[in-house]
Amino acid sequence: MIIELNDTTSTQIQKRLIQAREEGGAVALGRVLTFLIHTDGAKEEKVIQAANDASREHPMRIVVISEPASDSDTPGLDAEIRLGGDAGASEVVILRPTGQGDNYLAGLVNGLLLPDAPVVTWWPDQCPDCMADTELGQISQRRILDSLEMGSGLHGLESVAKGYRPGDTDLAWSRITGWRTQLAATLDYLDVTRVDSARVAGVPDNPSVMLLAGWLGLTLGHDVSVDATAPMGIGGVHEVVLVTDGGEVRLTREDDHTVELSVPNQPDFSLFLPRRPLASLLAEELRRLAPDTVYGDVLTGGLRWVRRAD
Amino acid sequence: MKPNPLRLPEDRRLARIAGPSSLVIFGVTGDLAFKKLIPAIYDLAAGGLLHPGFSVVGYGRRDWDDEQFRALIKESISAHAREAFSDQVFDTLAGGLRFVEGTFDDDSGFKRLAEVLAELDAERGTAGNHAYYFSIPPSQFPVVTEGLARAGLTKGAHGQWRRVIIEKPFGQDEQSAAELNQTVERVFPAESVFRIDHYLGKETVQNILALRFANSMYEPIWNAHYVDHVQITMAEDIGVGSRAGYYDGIGAARDVIQNHLLQLLALTAMEEPVSLKAEDVRAEKEKVLAAVAPLGHIPTSAARGHYLSGWQGGQHVKGYLEEDGIPQDSRTETYAAIRLEVNNRRWQGAPFYLRAGKRLGRRVTEIAVVFKDAPSHLFPEIKQGQLGQNALVIRVQPDEGVTMRFASKVPGPAMQVRNVTMDFGYGHAFTETSPEAYERLILDVLRGDAPLFPRHREVELSWRILDPVMRYWEEQGQPEGYLPGTWGPASADQLLVRDNRVWRRP
Repeated sequence: MIIELNDTTSTQIQKRLIQAREEGGAVALGRVLTFLIHTDGAKEEKVIQAANDASREHPMRIVVISEPASDSDTPGLDAEIRLGGDAGASEVVILRPTGQGDNYLAGLVNGLLLPDAPVVTWWPDQCPDCMADTELGQISQRRILDSLEMGSGLHGLESVAKGYRPGDTDLAWSRITGWRTQLAATLDYLDVTRVDSARVAGVPDNPSVMLLAGWLGLTLGHDVSVDATAPMGIGGVHEVVLVTDGGEVRLTREDDHTVELSVPNQPDFSLFLPRRPLASLLAEELRRLAPDTVYGDVLTGGLRWVRRAD
Repeated sequence: MKPNPLRLPEDRRLARIAGPSSLVIFGVTGDLAFKKLIPAIYDLAAGGLLHPGFSVVGYGRRDWDDEQFRALIKESISAHAREAFSDQVFDTLAGGLRFVEGTFDDDSGFKRLAEVLAELDAERGTAGNHAYYFSIPPSQFPVVTEGLARAGLTKGAHGQWRRVIIEKPFGQDEQSAAELNQTVERVFPAESVFRIDHYLGKETVQNILALRFANSMYEPIWNAHYVDHVQITMAEDIGVGSRAGYYDGIGAARDVIQNHLLQLLALTAMEEPVSLKAEDVRAEKEKVLAAVAPLGHIPTSAARGHYLSGWQGGQHVKGYLEEDGIPQDSRTETYAAIRLEVNNRRWQGAPFYLRAGKRLGRRVTEIAVVFKDAPSHLFPEIKQGQLGQNALVIRVQPDEGVTMRFASKVPGPAMQVRNVTMDFGYGHAFTETSPEAYERLILDVLRGDAPLFPRHREVELSWRILDPVMRYWEEQGQPEGYLPGTWGPASADQLLVRDNRVWRRP
C-alpha cells in the first residue's frame, strides 16, 4: 500500500500511519528501531530497497529524508507512506521537504521516531565532516556512512577519522568482515605462535583495502604493506598474506564469489565468500548498536601502520 | 584455547567458525540424518560457518557408492534445508562426501572407515579431527564404540580431537543410563561425549535465559511468593505412527519428560549462573534438579493415559492399541503428567506440573508461569473467578514467543475488568528465519563448545526423579484411555483439581 500526502506535516503523517494500521491491520508490532536515511534523492529507490531487505532481519520504521532539488523554492513538505507488500517487513515514510533550508531536520523527523527504540542514521551518498555533529546524528545512537562513495582511499579515511565519534561506522568496514572472519578462524586452528609480517593487495582507492591493512596493523602491532595491484575485475581487496612462524597464510580473491585459502601443510581450498549486497551490510550494522570500538581504533590508530608499497 | 592476535575481545563481528574436521554419521540411512542433520550441515556451510574442507562420512549397510550418496544428499538438501540451494555451496560440500559400507560388528567396515578418514585428512585437510554421530539405537553403542576402538579411531594424535554425539534416550532408568554411559565413557573421555537434546538448541529455549537474566522486571517476581504454580506442556496432535516399534515400552514419560521437560523445568527454576559458560549453567541446572523433591504419594502426584480410537479434527484415527506393532496388552502410556515440588527457598509452595502426550488438542510446547491472584476487594471479578490468573507464557513451539496475560478495564461507564494478552512473537520482532536447533548443536560440537549439552550427572538426576513413577506404573494395569483431540485423561485433571487448580488450555 502506498499513500501519497502532498503539502503535509509530520502530525498528519503520524495520524495517517495510525489510521492505516487500524484499517488494514498493518502490524506495527515489535519494531526494534527507527532507521533514518538522509539522501540527496538520486538513489532513493535503491537505498529504500536495501533498507527494506535489511528489515527482514530487523523489523523497523524507515524514515527517508530526501534533500529538496536545488531549484525548489516554496517551503513545505510532501510525503509518501509505504506499508505491507511495498515495505518488506518495515513501514517506510519518505519525507520530501521543499524550499531551501527552511526545514529543520530534527524537528521534521522527531514526531516520527518510535518511542524508546534506538535511532540509526545512514548517509548513503554523502559523508558529513562529522556525523555526530549533524542534526540527525545528534539524535542517533548509531551513524553509518559509506566511505567508498568518496572514492579517495586513505586520504578520505583520514577526514572520516577526524570526525569520528564512538557510534560511527562505515559500510567499507562491514565489507571486510568476511575476510577478517576467515583470517581469524585460520589462526584459531593453525599451530602458529606469532605473525611476523602481513601484506594486503588491492585497489588503493578502496577504503576497505586500507581498513583491512589498518586492522592487521592494529592487532599485530607492526607495519602492513599495501600493494596497489589487483587484476582487472577485482574491485576491492585482492589478497592478504600473513607470514607466520608456521609458514604463509594466503587468501586470494578469485572471482565475485570465491576466495582461495592457502595454509601450510594443507591442500588449497576454495572458500565461498561472495561480495555482499548493500542490504546484507546494513543488516550487519544493525545487529549491534553499541559503538564498534574496534572500527574506531582501526580508523584513528590502525591506519598509521599502513605502508604503501609503491 | 591459544591466544589469537586477530581476535580482539571487543570485536563482536567475527563469527567463530568450526576448524578443519569431519563428521561421521552412523545410521546415516535413517530419517534423522536426511531430514535434519544433512540439511543443518548445508545451512551451516551456506552461512560460511564450516571449514571449506569439512567432510561428511556416512556409514551404513547399503551398497551405495559415493556418487549415489551425493545424489541422495543433494535431494535431502533441496527438500529440507532452510537456505536456498546453491550449486557453489553444494560443490564445496560435495567434495567431502564419502560413504562407507559396513555393519556395526564388522571390523573390515571400520578398517575401511579408518582408510577413508586418513584419506580425508590428506586430501581435504580435516587434520585428524573427527566427530562420530550415533544416530543408532543405544543397544548398538557398545558395538560401535568398540569397533571404533579396534580400528584405532578413538584417539587422535596430539592436538587432534575425537568427539562422539549421542541422542536420547539416554537409558530407560537410572541404572541403564549409568551402564550406557559407561560403555561410551570407557572409550571416550567425558568431555568428548555430547548428548544432544535438540530442545536445548531451540531459540526459544535459549531465550529463557535471556528473558530471565537479561531483564530486571521478571526475576523479582520469579519465586513462590508471587508465582502460584508453573505448567510445562509438550503436546503433539499426532499418534505414534511409524515410531510404534520404538515407542512401545518407552512411553511419554521416558520419551520426553525425562529429557525435554525436565530440562525446561531446570532452565525455568534454576538460579542465576555465575556466567554463561557451560560448567556454570550446568552447575545451576544440576542444583535445581537435585532439589526436586521425591514424589510422595504417586497415585495423587502422577497421571497417565493412552489414546483411544475416535474422530480427531475431521478424521478417524486409530487408538494406541490398534496401531501397527503394538501388543493388545501394552501398558505403555502415551500421556503422562506429574506434579513436582522444588525444595528450595525460591520455589517452596509453588509446584511444577509437567505433562506430555500424543493425540492431544493441538501441537504445542510451552511453559506457563501462573501468578497468584491479586487482592480481590476492589474487583469482584477476581473473587468470582471470572478473571484468570496473571500468566507469563513462553511459547517454545510453534508460533515462538512470549505472552503475558493480565487484567484491563473494559471501556464503558462501569468499572469492569477482563483479561487481555500482550504478545511478543519471534516472527514479528525477528523476521529472519531462526537457525534450526541442529545447526547450532552441530556447530557447537565441532567447536568444542558445550553449554547446551547435558552431562551424565543431569541425566542421572532426571532419572532419579522419574524412576519411582515408572516403577509404580509398571505394577499397575493398562493406562486410562482418553479420546483423541482432547487434553488427556480425567485423572490428569484430578491431579490439579486436588490442588484447586486447572490445566490451562494451551
